[in-house]
Amino acid sequence: MNVTIMGCGRVGAELAHLLDAEGHRVTIVDTDSSSFDKLPPDFGGTALLGRATDEEGLERTNIRECDAFVAVTREDDKNAMAAQIAKEIFNVPRVICRVYDPLREEFYDSLGLEAISPTGLFARLIKEKLEK
Amino acid sequence: MYAIIVGAGEVGRYLGRELLGMGNEVLLIERDHRICEELGDELGSVSLCGDGCEVALLAKAGIARADIFIAVTDQDDDNLAASQIAKQKFGVPQVIAKVNNPKNEHIFAKLGIDDTVDRVSLVLEHIKLLIPMFPLIRLLNLKERGLDVVLVRVAEDSSAIGKSLRDLSLPSGSVACLTIRQGQECRVPEPGTTLEAGDQLVCLISSGSEEEVVQAIGGVSANQRPE
Repeated sequence: MNVTIMGCGRVGAELAHLLDAEGHRVTIVDTDSSSFDKLPPDFGGTALLGRATDEEGLERTNIRECDAFVAVTREDDKNAMAAQIAKEIFNVPRVICRVYDPLREEFYDSLGLEAISPTGLFARLIKEKLEK
Repeated sequence: MYAIIVGAGEVGRYLGRELLGMGNEVLLIERDHRICEELGDELGSVSLCGDGCEVALLAKAGIARADIFIAVTDQDDDNLAASQIAKQKFGVPQVIAKVNNPKNEHIFAKLGIDDTVDRVSLVLEHIKLLIPMFPLIRLLNLKERGLDVVLVRVAEDSSAIGKSLRDLSLPSGSVACLTIRQGQECRVPEPGTTLEAGDQLVCLISSGSEEEVVQAIGGVSANQRPE
């Protein structure tokens, strides 16, 4: 699988590492070069410095050959905008984006994105654990 | 009318002030606490401090009864998110977004936000209006009609000088509406009106035909001008 990840925070870097270790082709983009320090030394994918929240920025990643696009920067609006451009302009088959605002998760889902709210997800996980 | 404005920068503030002055109910949503305090001192309690893209905050702002929603922050992703939520989640009748990067305008349209104001292009066109070397300036874009109102200049070396309007090969759908000639009153041109160097024409043209219009008036467009 060919995957582009926007945002090399803890989640982005860990996901890039996991996918890379399984032999997937990974491109990870971030606007801060020091964020790539979180990638393991043996990371075999591409780390790209730059924006991915507009059409030109996305074009510079391998977005056209991408099977999946994952937006996990710290900002909901950036994630949502990049994810929608990936989906509607570049027709990426699978687009996943993180939104912290749990009330927006459903809204972006209705727009055809696979939105994940860590807030809601984490709360559900803890609840499940407690109920065991 | 109840208007919600997201982003209390220069545009948001001036707009808020005008809408208030016309007797409307206005709420300005702004992230910056200091700006909110300033607004309070100046305009009274018309601001809400917080993130204008957050559903809970918008609900608290009474977005469900808003007549108009205007997103004018300096971040395109924020303007897009806020206006999509306003339009598609809460069904606000009129939603307008400022676009800071002109390249994002078609993305906004594709994602359902048609009423956009492209800040950079607006300023650019106004600057071009003041510099005589530009052959065509867009004065107004009637997006929903696919039409533009433009100002075209007849250059000193134009091949159209001395020709009448009917002899110019203006692209179909273009109409010259007004001639502006130095030292004379503005006139509604007739097919027999002949052009002089320095004339300016206000034309209604179909969007995308700017290049052909410039050529018909005998000018050289920016794209053809030798380096």
